[in-house]
Amino acid sequence: MSSLLGIPAQALFGQLLIGLINGSFYALLSLGLAVIFGLLNIINFAHGAQYMMGAFAAYFLLQWAGLGYWWALLVAPVVVGLSGIVIERAMLRWLYKLDHLYGLLLTFGLALIIQGLFRNQYGSSGLPYAIPAQLTGGRDLGFMVLPNYRAWVVVFSLGVCLGTWYVIERTKLGSYLRAATENPALVQAFGINVPRMVTLTYGFGVGLAALAGVLAAPIYQVNPLMGADLIIVVFAVVVIGGMGSIMGSVVTGFALGVIEGLTKVFYPEASNTVIFVIMALVLLWKPAGLFGRTQ
Amino acid sequence: MVKRVLITLLALALPIGVAQAQISDGIIKIGVLNDQSGLYADLAGQGSVVAARMAVEDFNAAAKGLKVEIVFADHQNKTDVGSQIARQWYDAEKVDLILDVPNSGIALAVNQIAREKKKALVISSAASSDLTGKACSPNTVHWTYDTWALANGTGNAVVKTGGDSWFFITADYAFGHALERDVEAVVLRNGGKVLGKVRHPLSTQDFSSFLLQAQASKAKIVGLANAGADVTNSIKQGAEFGIVKGGQNFAGLLVFITDVHALGLEKAQGLIFTETFYWDMNEKTRAFAKRFAERNRGIHPTMIHAGAYAGTLHYLKAVEALKSDDGTRAIAKMKEMPTDDPLFGKGVIRADGRKIHPAYLFEVKKPAESKYPWDYYKVRATIPANEAFRPIDQGDCPLVKK
Repeated sequence: MSSLLGIPAQALFGQLLIGLINGSFYALLSLGLAVIFGLLNIINFAHGAQYMMGAFAAYFLLQWAGLGYWWALLVAPVVVGLSGIVIERAMLRWLYKLDHLYGLLLTFGLALIIQGLFRNQYGSSGLPYAIPAQLTGGRDLGFMVLPNYRAWVVVFSLGVCLGTWYVIERTKLGSYLRAATENPALVQAFGINVPRMVTLTYGFGVGLAALAGVLAAPIYQVNPLMGADLIIVVFAVVVIGGMGSIMGSVVTGFALGVIEGLTKVFYPEASNTVIFVIMALVLLWKPAGLFGRTQ
Repeated sequence: MVKRVLITLLALALPIGVAQAQISDGIIKIGVLNDQSGLYADLAGQGSVVAARMAVEDFNAAAKGLKVEIVFADHQNKTDVGSQIARQWYDAEKVDLILDVPNSGIALAVNQIAREKKKALVISSAASSDLTGKACSPNTVHWTYDTWALANGTGNAVVKTGGDSWFFITADYAFGHALERDVEAVVLRNGGKVLGKVRHPLSTQDFSSFLLQAQASKAKIVGLANAGADVTNSIKQGAEFGIVKGGQNFAGLLVFITDVHALGLEKAQGLIFTETFYWDMNEKTRAFAKRFAERNRGIHPTMIHAGAYAGTLHYLKAVEALKSDDGTRAIAKMKEMPTDDPLFGKGVIRADGRKIHPAYLFEVKKPAESKYPWDYYKVRATIPANEAFRPIDQGDCPLVKK
């Protein structure tokens, strides 16, 4: 069997695939962040907490309403997205004219409060959530067993990412959104309700986070801390990809998932730092990120 | 950012003029230092504070004219934060005893600080057997369990039932390293072999890469030298990747009842591991668990909580007998007096600081076998007290004269 640096090629394929799976979570989450930053100029630090709320929403739907995974995939993003709209209307909209730092502080504070409340109520060990019956089991690919659920995660999140990119970059609605970020006053003058559009955009970004949370619930425990662990990595992904760049965040998300996966083979101890090393290098070389435009 | 929560409870405030010349500032102050917010918050966390308070109540300190106060803080699993709190408590806030201290890295640091400042430290959560080995201290008692006991209990049982080739998934810090080392020694001594190991950062979400490596190793046993949410995530994702279906088995080397509760019996059934306490052992432990759960969001006590209770109780007995809360003398008195409490029964504390009691090999019940809430374990074997822990002459503890 051929091998690379002592690792059998077959094992390497498996690790690449796993990197892609984790990358799809990074991509989905950083996509939401990029949309929110690109259109609202808000650095949404509550994104991790909203991801966690998505997973909890799936759990509650099952426990209280008997609605399974497929319903959760639909309902949880809407519910959490609505909570995002409330936050935008009540708090964020006062901050648009201020420095980024204020939005960051507000959302960071919100994240801590939300996580604290959930932890107080549900503890830190997490709650169980089963993989939907249709997607249990796995396929033997020869070089690894690919769990069906993970395959579904990759396909689904790729679809969502491409769909979002298409809507924002290729449709009329998307062009309104982009125009509103460039010059809100002018767009308003054309008779478009810019504040409402901004509110809905935030709700959509938050909904994407919740969607990632529902996807994650069957893999990880539904845990109040699940977002806190992930959000820092996702921010690094957004920074590497270029703040506000939608394609950048998606491509970088998948790529960094793969790099992290490979690190887990060659030097696992560094697997939680490798992304930050890359971030530092990219920032030295291209301060606006790989896909970002310098303003 | 410092998000340190510090709430003070005056457990007893009887202003009677009992002569307390020997108790520093008239109050015995106990500081519970643990993870209040991270992955170990359920297995230790507020539960340890509740347990310590219950010990103070059951000791009936008020009637004995002793004032006991309990404070707690979150060390966030960061050694620098934990050390800083410990120093501040001992130096400025007149804390006489620090209790619990999960995370062996932090426990080893606080162990050193307690020794420097001649204060008392009773450890329930931290696992590293080095605490009574080369790092042993005249100021520390290690109550509940340690990595040697886990290795001895689970490692022996697994190897003897045919699990003779191992792959370790290890948390990359002092605890994981100590546990892996102690289990590896048991495996090799019993003629087994270790086919590989991988070390992951503390509090990892995704274990699939490590599980794949474990699968590729073809080892019969995947040994999990980690704890808390890291264990539950490993096992849950292991099921997804078909570890057990593929003929391999997990050995959870440190599993708490809160982990089993979080996993659910469907996923956890059949797991075998070693603990020194289970709430459903006898009338006394059941009575304790009932009172405890009422005060701890329904969470039943882990062995950590039991150790925090029993350790506090024995410390208070020693201080009462000594009529002083001087750290070094109180620990010496604790070692001198035999222990007796409702949760661990009668026992002793050795010169190296190791508390001695029996350990149990538990198996997680099948869902059908569980009759009532938190009915999770059955006892596979009892390891008698004199075999449960490392013999005193094998730990390289400088306090022990050879």
